[in-house]
Amino acid sequence: MAENVQMIALSPTMEEGTILKWSMQVGDSVSTGDVLCEVETDKASMEYESAQEGVLLSIIVPEGGGAKVGDVIAIIGESGEDISGLEAEAKSAKSAALAATAPETADKPVAVEAPNSQGASSTPATTRSSGGGSSPTSGSGKSSPLARKIAEEKGLDISQIPGSGPGGRVVKRDVETFSPTASTAGNQGVAVSSGAPMTFAPARTAGEDVEIPVAGKRAVIAKRLAESKFSAPHYYLKNSVEMDSLVAARNMVNKEVPSKVSFNAFIMKMVAEALKRYPQVNAGWFGDKIVQFGSIDIGLAVDLGNGLITPIVRNVGNKGVVQIDSELKVLIEKVGNGSLKPDEYTAATFSISNLGSFGVEEFTAIINPPGSAILALGEVKKTPVFDENGELKAANLMKMTLSCDHRVIDGAMGGKFLSELKKTIENPVRVLF
Amino acid sequence: MAEQNYDLVIIGAGPGGYVSAIRASQLGLKTLVIEKDQPGGVCGNWGCIPSKSLLHQAELFHDIKNLEYMGLHIDKSGFNYEKVQQKSRKAALKSGKGVSGLLKKNGIEYLTGDAVLSGPKEVTVDGKDKIRGKFILVAAGSSPRVIPGFEYDEEKVLSSTGILKLTALPKSLLILGAGAIGMEFAYVMNAFGVEVTIIEMMDHILPIEDAEVVKVVEAEFKKNGVKMLVSTKASNLEKTKDGITLDIESKDGKKDTLKAEKILVAVGRTPNSQGLGLESLGIKTEKGFIKVGDYYQTDIPGIFAIGDVIASPLLAHVASKEGEVAVEFMAGQAPREKRLDPDLIPGATYTEPGVGSFGPSEEKAKERGIAYEKYVFPYAGAGKTNSIEKPNGLVKILFNPKTKEIISGHVVGYQATELIHEILLAKKAELLPEDIATMVHAHPTISEAVMEAARGVEGWAIHV
Repeated sequence: MAENVQMIALSPTMEEGTILKWSMQVGDSVSTGDVLCEVETDKASMEYESAQEGVLLSIIVPEGGGAKVGDVIAIIGESGEDISGLEAEAKSAKSAALAATAPETADKPVAVEAPNSQGASSTPATTRSSGGGSSPTSGSGKSSPLARKIAEEKGLDISQIPGSGPGGRVVKRDVETFSPTASTAGNQGVAVSSGAPMTFAPARTAGEDVEIPVAGKRAVIAKRLAESKFSAPHYYLKNSVEMDSLVAARNMVNKEVPSKVSFNAFIMKMVAEALKRYPQVNAGWFGDKIVQFGSIDIGLAVDLGNGLITPIVRNVGNKGVVQIDSELKVLIEKVGNGSLKPDEYTAATFSISNLGSFGVEEFTAIINPPGSAILALGEVKKTPVFDENGELKAANLMKMTLSCDHRVIDGAMGGKFLSELKKTIENPVRVLF
Repeated sequence: MAEQNYDLVIIGAGPGGYVSAIRASQLGLKTLVIEKDQPGGVCGNWGCIPSKSLLHQAELFHDIKNLEYMGLHIDKSGFNYEKVQQKSRKAALKSGKGVSGLLKKNGIEYLTGDAVLSGPKEVTVDGKDKIRGKFILVAAGSSPRVIPGFEYDEEKVLSSTGILKLTALPKSLLILGAGAIGMEFAYVMNAFGVEVTIIEMMDHILPIEDAEVVKVVEAEFKKNGVKMLVSTKASNLEKTKDGITLDIESKDGKKDTLKAEKILVAVGRTPNSQGLGLESLGIKTEKGFIKVGDYYQTDIPGIFAIGDVIASPLLAHVASKEGEVAVEFMAGQAPREKRLDPDLIPGATYTEPGVGSFGPSEEKAKERGIAYEKYVFPYAGAGKTNSIEKPNGLVKILFNPKTKEIISGHVVGYQATELIHEILLAKKAELLPEDIATMVHAHPTISEAVMEAARGVEGWAIHV
């Protein structure tokens, strides 16, 4: 019996993925555990290991194609099996989903194909010259005559609409509830001339809007950060910290070890020490309870170019800077080649975001749940300060902003923690206390 | 009883209960059906099935006179209505046996007894046996509605059940209520020579049907000698030595007293929601109908209700379909629909001419503010109806003026109850009239009238 191979959630937050590469070809025999394909998830690219055995009979989602979790991406069975039914079903269900998510399809000029197929439609000459005419024969997607008619009236391309009827058929309600967003984007002018709903009237000459479909990482980042910002009551605490002692400590350490320990590793260590003294900050909000985490797992926000990710060093409290740094290097390398595993970026108990390298003086960051606080670091800048004798001197100052979830961390607690952190950074010997 | 634990316990073995049971068994649920009466419910025993037997026999009898031109003069002196009634009972018996056989074939356990809900997952039968079900489906059906002053004695004041038990015909019969049930018995009784008078409060017979469609039935009934008093209220019913008298008052205030041997009261049905233990579990009812949400779930998780006990059209096919939806949901099948779309439920009246329809009548469409246009094709335009002398009828389609979407279909005439399904299929599958219009229909058939009506919607009917 041929079976569908479905997209599975390769990370805890994954809702859809893009097939980067098929490692198997149609006709190859597949054993359990064989890598079928590589999938770009919301966070990283992952290998999809087969849980099924047999012969790869059909690839439904080609390389570069997107699939929601649960979508059929391939069919595995015995060679020679008739899978036309399964295939048609999977393709019609998928073509819709793909159209709505994959940017590639959005770039195709749908207008080119529509007028041709319009001739095949039994509806006599419509006056609409561009944009979605009814195209009952296009693709494998099926649609009801009424759905085609309404799509035509609305100027929608039926092949872009996901079907919910029997056998994945596009029916009236699909057309009526369909909103042309990603799927019509990128067709220069088509959306306008076809009479598709417009949100505003274009009255400018400067240039075309570029619409970028939201999918994958961007969608997850948007969802998670909005959830955090809109549900956790954030407040912010700021102070400045003199970095000279830490810089000196780092220089001392780096003289002793073969490879240089990064600044971020030192900051992580200091944060972990402060968290040990104030475990109330190393905690999370779970609706009916607050959990003080047993381990100090610190995430560091890393830019991906097309998103961000927060690789996590686990149990920082029990590690020295050298170990922290070597783990951080491995993680960042994995970020670079997209091989970071979900357990390496999920569930930080505290996070750090450092924009100092961009010359940012100070900023506020959005909390990364399940943690309840995130530390935003600005640039280290030579600044005139008064010393304890009232003398003006030059010091290397860094501005720190701590974002706290007020449900978990009250102001005084946040203040104590930040003060402790400042003291520790200014006097690294405190880690011995 | 060996087993006391089931996946699904169904109360009622009517078309709601037994179809649900079979569907449940197909989906792998271990199912028990409890029925206090006979398998098949009202439909199989005291409704659809025996009444269709009577209607069929009435039609045969009625057609005797159509044989006279051939020189056949049939001697009716040996006519014995008891034989007619017995034949209808045979049909009912056969239906019940059919249901029992299907249940057995599907491995469904069957129990005769009075079931009461005694817990969220428990049913007590005959006050002693406790049976547990992960799910419980209440499909207890309905009974003829009793109105004060018109209580059934099944001697002179008959319910639809009582009239099916009659073994001798009355001379004259009043029928209160001109819905499908009233009209069907009017046809039967009239065909067998009973003097029939129908009293209806609304302004036309078959009040829920389209007025234009109803005119065809009305004309035919009139020709057959059925008296129909519409916009007429019945007030006082008196039993006399040899029958009954009924005071009536028409809309314009004209009063009269009618006399007859018996009266059939067919003014609707009441849900059998009493005595099921609903209140004790906190399951709410409204006017006796059990309140249900999506997938026919009651307020108590795991307890579902379908068919005549809930407020949906009191039709056997509705109960069956609702049961399928509920059971598929229980089995985790995610049925396509959460509730039946009332506009996709066909209604059928098995008189001659009969009526088959779905969706809003023209009057209802106006009332609901639906933008519509209509096309009406007469039966006479289909050659077949003339060959078989059934030219009285029409096919009416309401459609959306812009998209031509079929809004509703109404067929009246010979075999209308069969013909309606082509239009309904089109509506359900979202086909357009054009699809019916361009499909080749066999000639000569009455179905050609459906094709022509669809062509009419498109503006090019041929045979008009």
